[in-house]
Amino acid sequence: MSATVATSRTDTSPPATRERTGPNPFTRRKVIGYLITLLTWVVVLIFFFPVLWMIITSFKTEGQAASFPPQFFFTPTFDGYSAVFDRGMGLYLLNSLFLSVGSTIVVMLLAIPAAYALSVRPIIRWQDGLFFFISTKFMPIAASIIPVFLLLRTLGLLDNLWALGVLYLGINLPLAVWMMRSFFAEVPIAVVEAAQIDGASYSRELWRVSLPIVAPGAAAAALICFIFAWNEYFLANLLTAVVARTTPPFLGSFVDGRGQFLAILSAASTIAVLPVIVAGWLAQKRLVRGLAMGAVK
Amino acid sequence: MHGKRAAIWPLKPGLRAEIGTTVAQDTLGGRTAARLDERSFAGFDNYIAVITNGAFLPSIWATIRIVGGSMILSLILGLLIAMLLDRKFKGRALARTLLITPFLVMPAAAALIWKYSLLEVNTGMVNWALSLVGVDPVAWNTDHPALTIVFTMTWQYTPFMMLILLAGLQSQAGEVLEAADVDGANAFQTFRYMTLPHLRSYAELAILLGTVFMIQVFDPINIMTKGAGNTKTIAYLLYERAFIGQQVGEAAAYGVITVILTIVFATLALRTMFSIFTEEAR
Repeated sequence: MSATVATSRTDTSPPATRERTGPNPFTRRKVIGYLITLLTWVVVLIFFFPVLWMIITSFKTEGQAASFPPQFFFTPTFDGYSAVFDRGMGLYLLNSLFLSVGSTIVVMLLAIPAAYALSVRPIIRWQDGLFFFISTKFMPIAASIIPVFLLLRTLGLLDNLWALGVLYLGINLPLAVWMMRSFFAEVPIAVVEAAQIDGASYSRELWRVSLPIVAPGAAAAALICFIFAWNEYFLANLLTAVVARTTPPFLGSFVDGRGQFLAILSAASTIAVLPVIVAGWLAQKRLVRGLAMGAVK
Repeated sequence: MHGKRAAIWPLKPGLRAEIGTTVAQDTLGGRTAARLDERSFAGFDNYIAVITNGAFLPSIWATIRIVGGSMILSLILGLLIAMLLDRKFKGRALARTLLITPFLVMPAAAALIWKYSLLEVNTGMVNWALSLVGVDPVAWNTDHPALTIVFTMTWQYTPFMMLILLAGLQSQAGEVLEAADVDGANAFQTFRYMTLPHLRSYAELAILLGTVFMIQVFDPINIMTKGAGNTKTIAYLLYERAFIGQQVGEAAAYGVITVILTIVFATLALRTMFSIFTEEAR
């Protein structure tokens, strides 16, 4: 909704109203409007600066990265990037990719029918089902880490990608169910009824009729699940060691680094952060609804 | 026609998976823990230890201060930025895109970049920017560890607050604001009496969800401060006791207390969320 409302409504925020500007282009209102735009860009720059600086630093030598005052102009080098892969980041990136993509696919396959049964064709007491899903999201992971850890240790599943994947499935499933529910809620009931009258089976009605209508929403839900799995640090740090290490704990290991490590750290962070930033930018129109678990459109 | 509206099977795989991955492991794991301990039942010893060793109350305070500080700052900044973005100007989409970026950055990476690249005492960009206006270098990481956590979290969560509040601002009906304009209300009056009350439910939602996310905060603390200087939150204390101090029983007691506190809070939060989403009425 936000997009259409935003564009159809003329500017009604307090400072500058377009209709009021009159013939003189240098009216007070217009000047104030320009100043506010300028202020906006300053704020944007401040908030984006840490990311920008991380990317800039990743192309420096360690000496340049540690120099003070900071160097803004220098000959870029890829030394940091090659050093990162010498440290074995490739494996950790692959692990992260496998985990995030794999858990997201399973989450979506489970969440789509579940959300359908909670919105378009609500089961009896569907509110309770929805409540159960969301209530698991409110449990702090730290509070359940001890049983999880002991259980995995007993089963010999520490440092195992599949075990971590199952946990990520549990973390992301409620989010996906809630998001998909809110998208399915907008499928016109007439379309569903028409499919039923045509004799479509339940699964045909779900996968072939309703799902295509909410496809953009499903893509956004999948992207958000991917982002959360990719960024997860707490479980990965505790439950993996060598084989199943993912990117976030690998980054965390820089904490113990001796000597100068700012350039290589920035290179590693840039590689780790970029896929998710791009994914987030692609999903941004529906990001807010996903983050608000469907309560805000 | 076999119960067209009430078919429950599409829900079942997801429901089973969620029970299997969350609830079951807690109960199963709990039993395993009891067996590993090799003693039957510690009574309330662990709980008494938790209350008497004097680490729990400070950790609650640390959690409240860090979460509260980051929450207030990111909410205020988020509201200001949402208002800046709720008007037409060239490049608005780009500005919005760049502004949501901090929320997407991997928390581990954000913590590292803030600690070593931005807040570092000798070479950090923050101290460099301060030196331009004649302020002496501040040893953020050693003298103000709690502040460094609040900075990092505020930076990460401001876009989250901004997105929800912006959705609120944009859902405001244009006609209502025009009517206020016609009736001669000035910008401040419109904001105070029209926009703020409208934003209230959005702000509540932002605070509730923000708290749920932030109260779990672990990544920046483990990476930036290791719990030093009033940054030992409940989540970090629990981790430290269980995995560094090897006091699993005591840590489990912290876990149970945390769960109880969470249930109280979550019940409140869920009630609000449900009232918001039933308002849209389907």
